Amino acid sequence: MSSIKSETLRSRRTAGTAGGAKKPRQPWRLRLGGHQPIGMVFVSPYLLYLAAIFVYPLGFAVWMSFHDYFFAAPGVEVERPFVGLDNYTSVLTDPDVWRSFYNIAVFLVINVPLTVVGSLVLATALNRKLPLRSFFRTAYYIPYVTASVAVVGVWMFLFNSDGLVNRALGPLAPEPSWLVNSHLAMPVVAVFVAWKQLGFFVVLYLSALQNVPNELYESAALDGAGRLRIFRSITVPAVRPATLLVLILATITGANLFTEPYLLTSGGGPDGATTSPVLLMYQRGLQQGHPDEAAAIGVILVVLITAISLIYRRLVERD
Amino acid sequence: MTTDVAARPTDERRATEHPPPARPRTVWSWIALLIGAFAFLFPFYYMIIGSLQKEPDSGPSGAFPNPANLGLHNYAAIDSAISLGRSLVNSGIFTGGVIICTTVFGLLAGYALARLQFRGRGSTFALVLLVQVVPFQLLLIPLYVLIVRDYGLADSYLGMILPFAINTSAVFIFRQFFLQLPAAMFEAARMDGASELQILFRVALPLCKPAVLSVVLLSFTGPWNEFLWPFLVTKDQDMQPLAVSLANYISTVAAAAANPFGAILAGACVLAAPAVALYIIFQSRFNSTDIDSATKG
Repeated sequence: MSSIKSETLRSRRTAGTAGGAKKPRQPWRLRLGGHQPIGMVFVSPYLLYLAAIFVYPLGFAVWMSFHDYFFAAPGVEVERPFVGLDNYTSVLTDPDVWRSFYNIAVFLVINVPLTVVGSLVLATALNRKLPLRSFFRTAYYIPYVTASVAVVGVWMFLFNSDGLVNRALGPLAPEPSWLVNSHLAMPVVAVFVAWKQLGFFVVLYLSALQNVPNELYESAALDGAGRLRIFRSITVPAVRPATLLVLILATITGANLFTEPYLLTSGGGPDGATTSPVLLMYQRGLQQGHPDEAAAIGVILVVLITAISLIYRRLVERD
Repeated sequence: MTTDVAARPTDERRATEHPPPARPRTVWSWIALLIGAFAFLFPFYYMIIGSLQKEPDSGPSGAFPNPANLGLHNYAAIDSAISLGRSLVNSGIFTGGVIICTTVFGLLAGYALARLQFRGRGSTFALVLLVQVVPFQLLLIPLYVLIVRDYGLADSYLGMILPFAINTSAVFIFRQFFLQLPAAMFEAARMDGASELQILFRVALPLCKPAVLSVVLLSFTGPWNEFLWPFLVTKDQDMQPLAVSLANYISTVAAAAANPFGAILAGACVLAAPAVALYIIFQSRFNSTDIDSATKG
């Protein structure tokens, strides 16, 4: 964030608003547009786009959640009265909605710690000179660049009731099988997403680890600290800002869960055990035609994610 | 948690040994990394093997198939079910459109933020950062209403491309790149009386090929792999990108196909191949510096 502050400061300084009395008044052209006003032209397409595709829909989403909004035939003017918190009450009194938030909580409790610990441990291991190091980096990153739809196809067959995993486990295979077992389906989805995203977070941690001064490790080793001790007392505190980023990004990604429950567990099954809030928004809003309720679910979800992110910040900074 | 700070005996190295023996713990962690890499790559191996099997075999023996049981007919099966060629063309147009928009918008904005002083530069920068924290699930419904229902862009390439046409990371990569160029170059051009547009086209553009390549590669995987948005926009099979048509094939699992397992995996291979190939060829481009510039700004 500090970079933004310094940016704005610098641009303020250089944009040359009429400062103290000592400074000669800038010509009006400079005060109006800065030294190279054409910059405004260069960024205008981007900003217009931003307004149309992000800012306006964002406001529209919040507006929709407070109104009785339904799909009408294109071009037909219909009344869409303000209904206050009606959409929110109908959403919050709906057991399905609570179920989906519970599901995503289960998902996050498994997925986020797995992601943070897994990626940090892997990045630490890969931060040394090793034989085959670049091969390892590639291997861990490949799932991240592959389409979810493609890897879901494979996992589906691996975790089928008659799939390779169960065949290999033999009598130890869970009954009912992984993806049709309401207790195991969400954990499998959470592990799948952690596996798929891990490579990205490993790279993120690796770049953070490269900024840790080597002297720290050397002096700790001289003091006779063991590997675990070095990891706990030096590595973990040194990459704290990266950890905060990983926590928040993993949570946002998790809260956006849609493709996996839609395909892997055929639409949020078994019995809605893997229905995520976004999947519910799709079903409510677009399949059953209640976009206003879907927008309310979206607003609640975003408020929750923001709250969780703030809690993370508290925890990581306080530590 | 007890901490173990007991001094370990130093390695006693004999002078004859080159290189120094690896410490046993390092060897163990290396073996663990190897097992991990296997777990990460196995599904891909299984994808390829499964796509080539004539008779599906989900048992352990299926992972080591008999060469006589291999063939390309699963690819023919998936092609007849979802017309691979058409889907690939759709994916290509969708991805290409996103890449062009991302690059053009990102280059202009990144250049202006790095090298020009104009009114509102600071607020522009803050806005670009803010986009990154807007969660897509909140935009999902309103974007659908706007693009599909109000503008009538269902089943069109434009409707697919619109929400992805700007990308914060692209702006940051370009900004970072132009910031690293010596300022004197731009000043000299200004001294010679070049207009800002001339500087952009004669000085900045010829130099920024590496940044363009980074942006093109980074913005390839997003739209190529994207499922949710094109899935909402395209109902017509002739317009669906491969990720969508394959997903629809999976969810309605082609009871008609003799070997849906093989056909799905064949489709998965075709969908995965371009992105994985690009990554492997241009690995250094996907390195941490790009992510750095995207996250630190």
